[in-house]
Amino acid sequence: MTTIELIKVSSPTTTVWLPLFACLVPAGFPSPASDELEELFDLNHLLFRHPEATYLVRVAGESMQGAEIHAGDLLAVDKHLEADHNHIVVAVVEGECTVKRLVRRGSSWWLQAENPAYPDYEITEPESLRIWGVVTHVVHELLPGKLTALLRSRD
Amino acid sequence: MYGLVDGNNFYVSCERVFQPRLDGRPVVVLSNNDGNVVSRSAEAKALGIAMGAPYFQVRELLRYHQGHALSSNYALYGDMSRRVMARLAEQVPAVEVYSIDEAFLDLHGLTTWCGTLDSRAQALRRDVLACTGIPTCVGMAPTKTLAKVANRLAKKYPELQGVLRLDTDSRRERALRVLPAADVWGIGRQYAQLLTAHGIGTAWALSQVSEVWARKHLGGVVGWRVVQELRGQPCQGLQASEDGTLARQSIRCSRSFGQRLTALEDLWGAVSTYLSRAAEKLRAQGEQAHLLTVFLTQDRYDTRVPPPYTRSATLTLPSGPTNDTLRLLAYGRRLLERIYEPDRRYVKAGVVLDGLEPPGRGQQLDLFTPAAASPTVTEDRRQPLMACVDALNQRFGRGTVRPAAAVTAVGQPTPWQGNAQYRSPAYTTRLTDLLLVG
Repeated sequence: MTTIELIKVSSPTTTVWLPLFACLVPAGFPSPASDELEELFDLNHLLFRHPEATYLVRVAGESMQGAEIHAGDLLAVDKHLEADHNHIVVAVVEGECTVKRLVRRGSSWWLQAENPAYPDYEITEPESLRIWGVVTHVVHELLPGKLTALLRSRD
Repeated sequence: MYGLVDGNNFYVSCERVFQPRLDGRPVVVLSNNDGNVVSRSAEAKALGIAMGAPYFQVRELLRYHQGHALSSNYALYGDMSRRVMARLAEQVPAVEVYSIDEAFLDLHGLTTWCGTLDSRAQALRRDVLACTGIPTCVGMAPTKTLAKVANRLAKKYPELQGVLRLDTDSRRERALRVLPAADVWGIGRQYAQLLTAHGIGTAWALSQVSEVWARKHLGGVVGWRVVQELRGQPCQGLQASEDGTLARQSIRCSRSFGQRLTALEDLWGAVSTYLSRAAEKLRAQGEQAHLLTVFLTQDRYDTRVPPPYTRSATLTLPSGPTNDTLRLLAYGRRLLERIYEPDRRYVKAGVVLDGLEPPGRGQQLDLFTPAAASPTVTEDRRQPLMACVDALNQRFGRGTVRPAAAVTAVGQPTPWQGNAQYRSPAYTTRLTDLLLVG
């Protein structure tokens, strides 16, 4: 089973202010848009529905590659949301945290990997399983940059 | 009606959120330098591990029972605390953050709209547990002291399911009869011994003492207020811990301004004043703080202002615990800038120092110096400076030496100074104010 490592994140304090333009920005022309700078927005507020209940975790392993979740990605996990069928969740199995898709097949619930190389896990005793939170976002870096450097520095 | 919410074994619970394998095992969290036990799981309490026990005394016991000891992680506790408090603040009219893991709630008028108080309290607990993973208990009563009592019993007796409400005389009496007098909020160790010597064993017996007795033996009006609060009469001035006689788990210094303030520099003047005062209290208490919070409040009665009325920012001091005014000011300025919004009309600002512990806890103390005077942070050259500032302010009056940000031009009023036009002269403490007798 693929495990994920929980990173203790001291809230989304690193606010990144991105300028939001009130007009369309024509490509290939130096825009006069700076005159139209309307407001600044905080990406954290845009992305996280419940900031106090959202935690960032880091993915290890490729058990969820079919869901475009890869080793080294950051996940935003919301503990406030109630997990339901087809949600990707962080669950506690035998004292360890794991990321899987929660699915119902007939009357039984499963933690399903999104990679044929990994087995699914049937939830036989519902009380032995705890849903830690629901994954709401994946931060996946397409060009190696700060995130990669950060993750590398942790290895 | 007041409520008191506190996190069960808060530090241990924070750790368990991120290390589920610690569930069901004895776990303790240690103070700085891994000296003493500062938080214990229920399993660790069952092993007989005492609060404050030196780690070396319990190490083998823990190992034998496959327990864990963890160093304190104030960055984590501070953030989890922030999350818990934010959830609470969203659901009740007002919250007074009392320490890193405790908050008083204003529950006045909630029953009309939201079902019974008990179901409301259970909903609060469920929400905090869901959002943070921290289990809590809620005590509710007409006074803060009784809310504390209720909270303590709710924690002690699992059959109460984490909530206890003491709003009738019979419930109050039953609760006070099972609580030792020494466990009442505001009764320090010193008074506990005195009470035992006088045969006052339970909180109930304490609530029955006369005013004269309370004033004589329990520190004057402070002790009398404790007794009154136990009887269910709320006392306004119960911030008795403000006078420095009781060791506090957090130090808070906040004031409402005499006028609305909008300029950053005016606000900084206020915040730096409060911060130096809080740091002074911290040193008087002989402790250092791990966490610094700065908050600003807007006029909540101004209908043009959308909530939230209060914005706050908390920082785990990156350079470790300190009681150095100058260092705290440097961080405080950063926090203020983070929450400050131009063109807002602010009515109040404040600072909170949290995660308090004595410097170098767990270190070997010098055999020949009294514990209070032992120089634990000798390498910090600021210590003598701070001691000097404190001495000057004590001798020549509060604020004689203060940060430059808190100084206004000669003849200019301090913009953040509160209104006190109905205050009587300082008859006994200021020479110019002495009572005139013809």
